[in-house]
Amino acid sequence: MSKENIEELKDADDVQQGRRDFLKHMCTSSAAALVVATTPAEAVEAASNPDADTTVAEYFQGHFLLMSDEEKQKAIARLEKRYSAQYSKKTTVSNTEAPDGVLFGYALDIGKCIGCRRCVHACVKENNQSRNDPEVQWIQVMKMPKGNISFTPDQLEKGYPEKSEFGDYGVQVGGNAYKTAGLSTEDAQNYYNDELVPDKDFFYMPVQCQQCEKPPCVKACPVRATFRDHAGVVLIDYNWCIGCRMCQLACPYHARRFNWGEPQLPAEEMNPKTHYFGNRPRMRGVMEKCTFCVQRTREGRNPACLEACPVGARKFGNLLDPDSDVRRVLATKRVFRFKEEYGTYPKFFYYIG
Amino acid sequence: MKTALSFARDFSSFAIKGGRMYYAWLLFLAFFILVGSYTAYIQFTQGLIVTGATDQVTMEAFFANFVFTAHVAAAAVLVVAPGYFYHRKDLKELAVMGEVIAMVFVATGITFVLFHMGRPDRTWHIIPGLGYMNFPNSMLAYDTIVLNVYLLLNLIGVSYILFKKYVGTFHEKQLALWFRPIVFLAIAWGPLIHIITAFVLASNARVGMWATAVLPFAFLTMAGASGPALVVLIFLLTRRYTNLEIGNPVIDLMTTIIAWSLGILMLVFAAEFFTLLYPSTEHADSLKYNMFGHNGLNMYVPWFWGTILALVSSFIALLFRKVRHSYNRLLPLVCFVVFFAILIEKPMILIFPAFSPTPLGEYAEYHVTLIEFFNVLFVWALGFLFLTLILKGAIGILTGEVRHEKSSASS
Repeated sequence: MSKENIEELKDADDVQQGRRDFLKHMCTSSAAALVVATTPAEAVEAASNPDADTTVAEYFQGHFLLMSDEEKQKAIARLEKRYSAQYSKKTTVSNTEAPDGVLFGYALDIGKCIGCRRCVHACVKENNQSRNDPEVQWIQVMKMPKGNISFTPDQLEKGYPEKSEFGDYGVQVGGNAYKTAGLSTEDAQNYYNDELVPDKDFFYMPVQCQQCEKPPCVKACPVRATFRDHAGVVLIDYNWCIGCRMCQLACPYHARRFNWGEPQLPAEEMNPKTHYFGNRPRMRGVMEKCTFCVQRTREGRNPACLEACPVGARKFGNLLDPDSDVRRVLATKRVFRFKEEYGTYPKFFYYIG
Repeated sequence: MKTALSFARDFSSFAIKGGRMYYAWLLFLAFFILVGSYTAYIQFTQGLIVTGATDQVTMEAFFANFVFTAHVAAAAVLVVAPGYFYHRKDLKELAVMGEVIAMVFVATGITFVLFHMGRPDRTWHIIPGLGYMNFPNSMLAYDTIVLNVYLLLNLIGVSYILFKKYVGTFHEKQLALWFRPIVFLAIAWGPLIHIITAFVLASNARVGMWATAVLPFAFLTMAGASGPALVVLIFLLTRRYTNLEIGNPVIDLMTTIIAWSLGILMLVFAAEFFTLLYPSTEHADSLKYNMFGHNGLNMYVPWFWGTILALVSSFIALLFRKVRHSYNRLLPLVCFVVFFAILIEKPMILIFPAFSPTPLGEYAEYHVTLIEFFNVLFVWALGFLFLTLILKGAIGILTGEVRHEKSSASS
């Protein structure tokens, strides 16, 4: 890194006046380079630099929710500039507020779901996840055997303790006692590789962030990088997350994904219409998860997974509006919440149509 | 100011002096620090992807080792407490060694946490005022507070005692008024860091193996076993290779604490295993996986039984007077086994198997990568390097070999 870069950094508008002296001492020149990376060549070089995702000014920015409007604008402009250079296309980072009087909810028909996983891939495409090595997926579809509750006759007399003078059979361990019953994740296959779906002996249950009303992840986060917005969606400030993964530990739905390495997002596959809390490209070492496509739903559109569903198993809407799709499902269908016993009050409902 | 400078100079020059074995030990540590600097560089530039952690098993060997360092750090008060609570004179003399151990192990633990974090560069986000601390909701926020306060308390205690002894004014009447409360606070704080660390784990309802009320008790008893085990080893080495005299009664007290702790640990384990295995609900799945494996995934099985066997046999061994008084052969061996068994218990019983099944029913094994392994060794080597140097200097001060010139001239 040349001296000029540091000189230019001093004059960069992005860097706030008060922080300048501090920066002069603190910043490494490689990180400083990104602030001035405007030509594509520089941008490419910067993008290949592992530290390139954090410009110096970005590094010192506070929690987005605690910023003043002016600071927010600056932060957004900074990100737009960086992403546009990094992915060589005009990228917008939106800061649309959540609408008032709205509580977003989701309903999914597990009777209809055919396990095609189009939602999974639509989500990856929409939300700019890492594409390969590893591909990060926010939706996980569980393939569950239909015969969950069936007891097999040949197992009737199996088990331990063996038949006693009382005439009871293997009531404690083994035999049919080993078969899980009811809706259990025990026999679920999460990585099935079928040519054709649906498999007639199975049903499918997609799981993504359940947008809990009482989210354990928000409680566990030591820096409040994750929080619930007033429309009920749990979001993450990727620039504030410290990567401690306490939220991942707390989540009973296995909904959160961590960027273990540098996310691999090819420029041509990058979706340039982004939101600060939603699908903007993430950096290494931070948590991410389903946001109900905050970049779409805050503008009145449907989430990408819903649009991709070929059988209409997914419904999205405002829980406060009695005429919304979700409310109609809640009123007329047999509805349950996943892992209710955790007391997290998900706003993601499963129903059998 | 001048005195402080000469203190630092005399202390460090004594700390780096030693025999051939001493240098060999330092060199041994230096080797792992050298290799570890490289592997740490790889991890900090490429991210945690170089470790074995996945979204399924999300805590790595660093986190497991962090819990263990908290064990030892908390247990170091067992050296300090008898001196101040029961006025054991021989232990009061050695109290500063306990504080050094506590200080270094807390610092080592904090280093492990930095390795565990995805963005260690953003650590400042948790500093109140500068960033935002999610207090009083997040258990990790509590842990950050108690660990740092404990580090600070011990740092103050250690430097005050050593400095006072260095200039030769460490007498009951000449101590600062704040000193005694600080020592007592530090003694109370030891168990506290440990209970909070247990709560960091136990607060996760989703991990059935941790969401148990006995976890703090398990931690405290394991601390009571592993900490004094290390202390006994250090004391035995100290009295063999330095001029500091440590009487048998001190060692015996430590051995008694280890034996009692292991005994209570047996009960805690029994209570936990019974409560899980008798009803055998889904909460027992992780333990069953740990004990017997699951559909051919059985890498933890030998570790589980090996660790339990090691703990039970060390407990039984310590019941024999002959073993307890075999200061040069059997006792160090038993202490070594206890220390390592509890160290191994952390990843192989407490942390890794607890993640299977995941909330979506997946079973996964954790394979520590070479880079991760060397990073763990790196942090340990750093910890032991500081422990050795500071203890060596402290011993010099305790024996009077390191003295302020004025006071040594008069004596």
